[in-house]
Amino acid sequence: MMSIFHRPGRTATGLLTLALIALLLILDARQSMPINPHAAPSPVALGSGQAPAGAHCTQR
Amino acid sequence: MTAANRPPIRAIRSALTLFSLAVIGFTFAMAGPRAALLMLIGLGFGLVLEGLRFGFTGPWRRMIQARDGRGLLAQFVAIGLCALVAFPLLAAFPDELYGAHAPVGIAMLAAAFVFGATMQIVLGCGSGVLVNAGSGNLMAVLALLGFVVGSFFGTLHLDWWTGLGSLPVHTLQGSFGESAGLWVTLTGLAALAILVARLSRPGQRLPSPRLWLAAILVAALAVLNLVVAGQSWGIVYGLGLWGAKAGQAAGMDVLATAFWSAPDHAERLQQSLLTDVTSLTNIGIIIGAFVAMRWRRDPGPQVPRGSTPGRLGIALSGLILGYSARIAFGCNVGAYFSGIATGSFHGWAWFAAAFAGSALALHARPRVLQWLSLSAAATPGGSIRP
Repeated sequence: MMSIFHRPGRTATGLLTLALIALLLILDARQSMPINPHAAPSPVALGSGQAPAGAHCTQR
Repeated sequence: MTAANRPPIRAIRSALTLFSLAVIGFTFAMAGPRAALLMLIGLGFGLVLEGLRFGFTGPWRRMIQARDGRGLLAQFVAIGLCALVAFPLLAAFPDELYGAHAPVGIAMLAAAFVFGATMQIVLGCGSGVLVNAGSGNLMAVLALLGFVVGSFFGTLHLDWWTGLGSLPVHTLQGSFGESAGLWVTLTGLAALAILVARLSRPGQRLPSPRLWLAAILVAALAVLNLVVAGQSWGIVYGLGLWGAKAGQAAGMDVLATAFWSAPDHAERLQQSLLTDVTSLTNIGIIIGAFVAMRWRRDPGPQVPRGSTPGRLGIALSGLILGYSARIAFGCNVGAYFSGIATGSFHGWAWFAAAFAGSALALHARPRVLQWLSLSAAATPGGSIRP
């Protein structure tokens, strides 16, 4: 029996992944605090005099 | 679409360039220069990993099954080059830059073993799943969704697993001193490289120029990640955060859990993903892989759809990858690459455990795929990534 679902090509699947990322960012924008542009960190951590504020998979 | 109907490759490439610039510009406008730089670095990772076909899972498989050590040697070169710059930087700027340092423990070792085994079943690791999903591999999209759920679930049980027994965090710098720590790392990598070269078949002992270039570029991007973000290249935290955000959107009180109620994690959960380091580079990797795939004249074929049990198996494998990576304090990137390159003992322990898991799983892989009614070509890394 012929499948009723068409198998998307790589471009379509890549675009689907990008669409999922866009959806995630929209969802995130609705529930996260707005970004404060005045609180943005300096462009580069090295030489900034600030401890890194990010999180990493090695953290508990 | 027939060849005659396809848009000219030049138009596609112009559109891809504009799209990439728009993503960088959007990130800059929304979250500032550091976020834009991290997105750019992530894009670079995606372009290099997909464009130059630099991976982690495939080279391990080829070393174990075909005694082809070229890809694995390229990994050691990349880690060594990164360490050569990262060690002095971490020593000179200890308040601004952090390495990927984590404790060795019972659950950590077991989880690394499980991760190594699972990555050979699906032929995809932390970075590989992102790259394959971005480059249009249908099964990798399923694995990525599973990875997100798994790494979030891992955060819910991390304390319990770590409580089974764990050593304090040890680094080579802390044990041997700053300079000697670097030399121990480079000597260890060189010893492994010699062992791999000796075990490899003649003609499969020297990485190709493409792999040399990729290793240098990956190392340079990893150093840039450290310099810009103040922390090493990682993947799993961002994916766990995406899962936590999704859980929150579904009504789950994520902030009430032990992991996400900790101040650092609670802040990440409440802030935009565009301010999270690993989310930015992860998104960049996916976009970079898409751009690299579509840049080619022929993007290549899609993997077979696979059976329903097969698709469920891939999603479940993604979940196991995410869960085990979280318990192991990182995947092939955060633990193996960044851990070793910044002097963490747990990076070496992760590599040993995951490689043993890979070796075991490769023996069982044909039977597992048969059980899932899945052809090898239908796995995320089956027919696209070498």
